[in-house]
Amino acid sequence: MKAFSYVDAANEKDALASLGTERNQVLAIGGGMDLLGMMKDYLVQPVRLVNVKRLDATIARTPDGGLRIGSAVRLIDLIEHADARRMYPALVELAEQVGTPQIRNAGTVGGNLNQRPRCWYFRNEEFHCLKKGGATCFSVNGENQFHAIFGEGPCHIVHPSNLAVACLAYGATFRLAGPSGAREVEAEQYFQMPDHNLYAENVLQPNELLTHVTLPAPMAGLKSAAYEVRFKQAHDWPLAFATAALVMEGQTVKSARIVMGAVAPVPWRANEAERALAGKTLSEETAGRAALAAVQGAQPMSRNAYKVRVARTAVTRAILKAGGMKVV
Amino acid sequence: MKVTITVNGTPYTRDVEPRTLLAYFLREHCGLTGTHVGCDTSSCGCCVAVLDGQTAVKTCTMFAVQADGHEILTVEGLAAGGALHPIQQAFSDQHGLHCGYCTPGMMLTTVALLKHTPAPTEAQIREGLAGNLCRCTGYNNIVKAVQQAADVLRQPAAATK
Ligand SMILES: Cc1cc2nc3c(=O)[nH]c(=O)nc-3n(C[C@@H](O)[C@@H](O)[C@H](O)COP(=O)(O)OP(=O)(O)OC[C@H]3O[C@@H](n4cnc5c(N)ncnc54)[C@H](O)[C@@H]3O)c2cc1C
Ligand code: SF4
Ligand code: FES
Ligand code: FES
Repeated sequence: MKAFSYVDAANEKDALASLGTERNQVLAIGGGMDLLGMMKDYLVQPVRLVNVKRLDATIARTPDGGLRIGSAVRLIDLIEHADARRMYPALVELAEQVGTPQIRNAGTVGGNLNQRPRCWYFRNEEFHCLKKGGATCFSVNGENQFHAIFGEGPCHIVHPSNLAVACLAYGATFRLAGPSGAREVEAEQYFQMPDHNLYAENVLQPNELLTHVTLPAPMAGLKSAAYEVRFKQAHDWPLAFATAALVMEGQTVKSARIVMGAVAPVPWRANEAERALAGKTLSEETAGRAALAAVQGAQPMSRNAYKVRVARTAVTRAILKAGGMKVV
Repeated sequence: MKVTITVNGTPYTRDVEPRTLLAYFLREHCGLTGTHVGCDTSSCGCCVAVLDGQTAVKTCTMFAVQADGHEILTVEGLAAGGALHPIQQAFSDQHGLHCGYCTPGMMLTTVALLKHTPAPTEAQIREGLAGNLCRCTGYNNIVKAVQQAADVLRQPAAATK
């Protein structure tokens, strides 16, 4: 690993003052669970790291009855937070399934949302792919069984963050702090497709930090859940997963937000599925129909057509689970 | 950079490069080679130590500078006054090891696991050890060892351990 200097920033202000404007030159380090892998493989070679673990590490109630989660909160803290689990079960369940216990002990919310993609060409120093400034996306004619089934490219990663998907489903906003103050960005606007931003996955600028995730108060009748499909129960990222946030009146779905993960370069909101479900009585049949709508328009690559089916199943089951129904 | 990390109760102040991994701080700067490095990619769990008495961490995926001012427990800190710790005794009694390469990480993960979950079910043990790989034992005897250690540590006489 290339040598670098380390700034143990005491707070947000100090951390911001240590950042720079050139991409990947000065990087924030939370738990380091993603960043150390990137550095060991020479995928980033920062000249300076800035510790952001001393930024806000609390989970607090907001005046409107939601929760505000500091970026330095560790996944394990989120998992053990009773209010978070009660109010936003899908977020906590998805945090619980990340990696392994030690990864959840060290990994932070800020680091989870800003972790870099796991495309194996991206992670391999030898492949100078599009995302790294090269001329080709090797996944197109290569091993793409875990790549995207949505999106037009030119890069076909799937977004690696579990928490990001729940953040979209619950309508979270992110606070981004920079040299000239802070801005609030909706989770849905935060993540960017590669045709807009090939070299990063979101709107964050090199001299900014993500400092807080604000979750709005759960609406009356909100029922939510996540459903993941994985090869392995630990050490791995999901093949596909879904989060369903349903506003229910009795057994009728008044409105729904359905977001899929591991299927596209960003958390993928399934607008068609949401429309298909609105106003319907929740049942296996209506959930299944919504799931079918969710994967309409999927464009699988040469080796990942199976993911369409997996994503569809994840959506059906997330909806049924949210509604408290038996998941078959 | 100058860092002070308290390892097994002893403060070690060393001048390290920021890129020094905690695993190598322990092994090379403190001479405590019980912490093993297997995969170096936060997968296998050989390198696990306990941070601040509570939290199992992978020392191959942490810089020593991140542990500055903190306390670390390694396998060398388990046996008090020459007597095996109940977790070590249990791994021995239950044949929870063959080659022993994974064992320090298994035991340190167990320390943290039993702190949070003193009476774990088999499922909780397997989930708790999901970040630790063993190529030899097939895991069953490791699970038995953790069960034995949990039983022993829950007895009042062991409360001081
Ligand atoms: C074997 C393995 C399995 C895994 N499985 C999963 C999984 O299933 N699902 C999942 O979601 N994740 C998974 N992970 C990824 C895991 O690294 C993250 O979940 C973890 O939360 C990262 O947090 P961190 O604090 O360690 O991040 P770091 O490594 O510290 O940071 C990650 C990135 O975010 C940036 N960053 C950190 N904090 C901030 C901030 N406040 N503002 C702006 N940028 C910031 C850093 O500069 C870096 O680029 C897995 C990791 C491993 C090693
Ligand atoms: S999918 Fe993206 S990251 Fe992977 S090889 Fe193609 S351009 Fe590179
Ligand atoms: S050496 Fe640290 S997890 Fe394998
Ligand atoms: S005892 Fe050999 S790896 Fe576990």
